[in-house]
Amino acid sequence: MNTYTERLKNGIITENPTFVMMLGMCPTLAVTSSAMNGLGMGLTTTAVLVLSNAFISLLRKVIPDKVRIPAFIVVVASFVTIIQLLLQAFLQDLNNALGVYIPLIVVNCIILGRAESYASKNPVLPSIFDGLGMGLGFTVGLTLIGICREVLGSGAIFGFEFIPADFHITFFVLAPGAFLVLACLTALQNKLKLPSATNVPGGDSGMACGGNCAQCTGASCVANKGIIEAERAAQKAAQAQKAKEAAAKAKAAKEAAAKKAEKGE
Amino acid sequence: MNIFVIMISSMLVSNVVLSQFLGICPFLGVSKKVETAAGMGAAVTFVITIASAITYPIYYFILKPLKLEYLETIAFILIIAALVQFVEMVLKKFMPPLYEALGVFLPLITTNCAVLGVAINNITNGLGFIESVLTGLFTALGFLVAIVILASIREHIEFNDIPESFKGTPIVLVTASLMAIAFCGFAGLV
Repeated sequence: MNTYTERLKNGIITENPTFVMMLGMCPTLAVTSSAMNGLGMGLTTTAVLVLSNAFISLLRKVIPDKVRIPAFIVVVASFVTIIQLLLQAFLQDLNNALGVYIPLIVVNCIILGRAESYASKNPVLPSIFDGLGMGLGFTVGLTLIGICREVLGSGAIFGFEFIPADFHITFFVLAPGAFLVLACLTALQNKLKLPSATNVPGGDSGMACGGNCAQCTGASCVANKGIIEAERAAQKAAQAQKAKEAAAKAKAAKEAAAKKAEKGE
Repeated sequence: MNIFVIMISSMLVSNVVLSQFLGICPFLGVSKKVETAAGMGAAVTFVITIASAITYPIYYFILKPLKLEYLETIAFILIIAALVQFVEMVLKKFMPPLYEALGVFLPLITTNCAVLGVAINNITNGLGFIESVLTGLFTALGFLVAIVILASIREHIEFNDIPESFKGTPIVLVTASLMAIAFCGFAGLV
């Protein structure tokens, strides 16, 4: 398998941003009230992701390390603006349906995360495929959740209604339904022990960001770095202390045994 | 629009987390303990209020006269990022106790979509300066209320007997769903 197909598979299956990494939860919850909106949001994000990955990869040797995050944000914001203008011109309906969530793609952690962890370290073509894979993975996730909610809530798939209106559970297209569908999804992942960001024990930290490192772009964690390092050092010290104590105990026990043996003689 | 209507509508009826889905990451991530949740909520309130106050003149006195309205997204995200840094520095220098309380949360806020969302919504809805600031303030207070309620529920959940597969994130999402149902009840108020 060459790098390109590997990147695509990685984005769509191995590290699927919606199901495995649990990234970009705001759009996942907000726009999946119908399959069409989910698909539209996914494809819009894919376009931004591919373009920003390509551009950041081209600029990776030019951008100074210290200001890379602001530089990435500017690049991403520029592409989001371009895509938003294109949508306003050619896909008015989708633009109206997604509303404020289009400009909010800028703060979607998937995009900054890919820029930081892949595009800024790799050549252009693999970065493009990385963006494409991640974007398609996100699209698949949003569309599937959208289909679930649309079937349950308005008895339709992509606007094609096949369940009579008496059997619609409107709850699922409203805000609370989004949370409940996601809750069931994560519970299912827990039950089947699937690889997922919500299954790792790291999520149980007392840190300000919740210690969920899978959701972190590294942009916001400067303050936490000290805490993590201190925690690790403390852990190491505790382990060393324990080992020392155990060794001392073992030694004492051995000596006692030896003394006993001596006495016995 | 009077203050009371803005307060009810942006704090309760269209709650920023539970009906607009902005700022979900901190809502789920930082709601383990009531104290940290309150700290995060206070920091968000602080930043959103200042951000709504600053983005208004930037849009109407700089971008609009120069016909650069389409640069709104880029301009706002940069302003917010700079603002968070600036607020952090000012607090560190002049109000150390407040910095102690909010400091850890400030860098996390740059990527909080609620801040950008509120700023963009204010412009899209064509609100005036005072309305913008009040909307920002009350939206953020809505966030504070939601995250503190979730955190206090989560503290109680700790001692409950939950089905094995619902432990961790799923039960938090179920809680959020129930809270969202409760907040739907405010819909008829305005």
